[in-house]
Amino acid sequence: MTFLTQLLNGLQLGSIYALVALGYTMVYGIILLLNFAHGDIIMVGAYISWIVMAKLGMSPALAVVLSVAGCTLLGVLIDKVAYAPLRNAPRLSILITAIGVSYFLENGAQLVFGADAKVVPAFISTSTIKVGGVSLSLNAIITIIVTAVCTVVLQLLVQKTKLGKAMRAVSEDMGAARLMGINVNTTISFTFALGSALAGIGAVLYSMAYSQATPTMGIMLGTKAFVAAVLGGIGSIPGAVIGGLLVGFAEVFVSALGLSVWKDAVVFLLLIIVLVVKPTGILGRTMNEKV
Amino acid sequence: MSNNISRRDLFKVSGATAVGISLSSLLAACGGSSSDSAISGKTLKVGLMGPYSGDVAQYGLAVRNGAKLYFKQFNKKGGTSTGKKISLIVQDEKGDATEAVNVYQKMAESNVVAVLGDVTSTPSIAVAQEAVKDNMPLVSASATAADFIKYGKNAFRACYTDPYQGKLMADFAAKKGYKTLCTIYNSGGDYEKGVNDAFVKEAKKKGLKIATQESYSAGDVDFKAQLANIIAKKPDAVLSPNYYQDDGKIVTQARQLGYTGVFLGADGWANIVGGDEDYASGKDLEGCFYDTSFVSANTDKSVQQFIKDYKAEYNADPTNFCALGYDAAMILCDAINKVEKAGKAKTYKDYKQAVIDAIAKGTVKGVTGTIKYEGTGDPVKSTLIIGFKDGKEYIETTM
Repeated sequence: MTFLTQLLNGLQLGSIYALVALGYTMVYGIILLLNFAHGDIIMVGAYISWIVMAKLGMSPALAVVLSVAGCTLLGVLIDKVAYAPLRNAPRLSILITAIGVSYFLENGAQLVFGADAKVVPAFISTSTIKVGGVSLSLNAIITIIVTAVCTVVLQLLVQKTKLGKAMRAVSEDMGAARLMGINVNTTISFTFALGSALAGIGAVLYSMAYSQATPTMGIMLGTKAFVAAVLGGIGSIPGAVIGGLLVGFAEVFVSALGLSVWKDAVVFLLLIIVLVVKPTGILGRTMNEKV
Repeated sequence: MSNNISRRDLFKVSGATAVGISLSSLLAACGGSSSDSAISGKTLKVGLMGPYSGDVAQYGLAVRNGAKLYFKQFNKKGGTSTGKKISLIVQDEKGDATEAVNVYQKMAESNVVAVLGDVTSTPSIAVAQEAVKDNMPLVSASATAADFIKYGKNAFRACYTDPYQGKLMADFAAKKGYKTLCTIYNSGGDYEKGVNDAFVKEAKKKGLKIATQESYSAGDVDFKAQLANIIAKKPDAVLSPNYYQDDGKIVTQARQLGYTGVFLGADGWANIVGGDEDYASGKDLEGCFYDTSFVSANTDKSVQQFIKDYKAEYNADPTNFCALGYDAAMILCDAINKVEKAGKAKTYKDYKQAVIDAIAKGTVKGVTGTIKYEGTGDPVKSTLIIGFKDGKEYIETTM
């Protein structure tokens, strides 16, 4: 019974990591940018939920909508302001810009909201359901279902739609895609919107599970999700999910064994092992470096 | 509670001590004997030190506000029974051990009869090491580090220590009839670990079963793995001796996993509800208990009077640190008054010894409980056990 609970805990934590990792993977897949501000977009999403519910007293449903919309807008805005002007600059410049955006969001949030944790009210009133004598967290079940649905929708979108085809084309060769009549800038913006919308959903699920928003909450979450994305093979959608679940399970089982102090070490060790054995990650394809 | 803040400065202690030793030997070389005039005038000088700027200023300012309020009231009522007033020398040590020793030296040079300080643990230890050489009466409102009172009989504290709280909560658990207990604590925090270890030790002594001790690291947000282990042991109560932000998450997540039992906490819980934010819902906290020395829900007349006076003076609600500062000042004034009344101490040196003896023997009814000392600088004081009922805090019992 405890094992079952731990399994569910691992699935829930892993699902959140997976959702965040999807955002990393999408953006990396298309412009080869490690968007370090991704974790901080989630932080902003959590604060939006807090403002809508705790400050304005509006409904949780509205908080979900506004958080996802807010994150999407923020993601596109960041791309337009910080990354788009550097589209043809060396990749290192844009990477450093991403770090700058990350710091800007963290310190901005601290300036506006203060360093203290803000408590995000509960999205749903009943927190547990009983199934055959076992208490299951409703939050956990919702988180797992939402992540599963998001992954399937995303996969369909990328593989089956015209926009998805455009994304894949831009990802393979930006110049050639442009020559084929694909609007590269719109495609990239759409990717950022999609990744940030996922971050918004992640923010809601994170707030549901941990109920507190702090300016620095995105740092570790982002780092872990980045590890998950690399573990699964960055650029690959199923890979991000597998990576996220692996990291989530690893953390929960290490903590369950009473070794919580070693939790982060185990996650990063996992990353090192995978990178040594299979440098492109579990589902990664070999990239031909453009010289 | 304060050691958590100051331990990052631990390395500074050794440096501060070295500076302190060289300074005090210099002082000894040129020390005079004109100091006896310090006790014959119309006013008696008392030093008040703490961090009033820097990272831990919030604690220093809280203690200073509380202490200054008491000294003001004491003087307003006419001072000592011999009509002497207390004049304060207030100085900022910026939360730094080296600075704290310098500030102390300056105070000792101006022949204060006692020092109220320091606030956080690391500078407090540095000051205690210096003050013992002068046999200076030293009362700290909030230094919880065990070592603070180790150097001599001249140092006292108004707060209780981390292990004391752990032992107290174990006694409370035994009194409540809880048989199986579990704990979950931040293994990287001195405060959390101090309370946890003392709790476990005392619980075992009382014949209670500690089914599991789960730990986590600072910054963790997901406690479900550890909580699932705890719930599987079917405990009567779970100790969570952490700071309120973590405690709030632990309680909420445990309820999500279906745990309906009791949580026990220490004074780190003091802000879990009622402040700017509620860190757990009233429903989830129902039936939980924690210990603290000061709570504004206390209907005791002197406590309510203190809250009223404090609000009138500073236009803010007093915290635990303000109350401890107030009590530390009360302990000092009570002792000085007794020495004045006896009138036996004729020299500065004897006067300081007399103040130390008076503190050691006295009993003071403060706003954080009745405080007395039994042979050490650790107070023996009554402690409040706070419970949650219908989303509100109430005083379950006094221990």
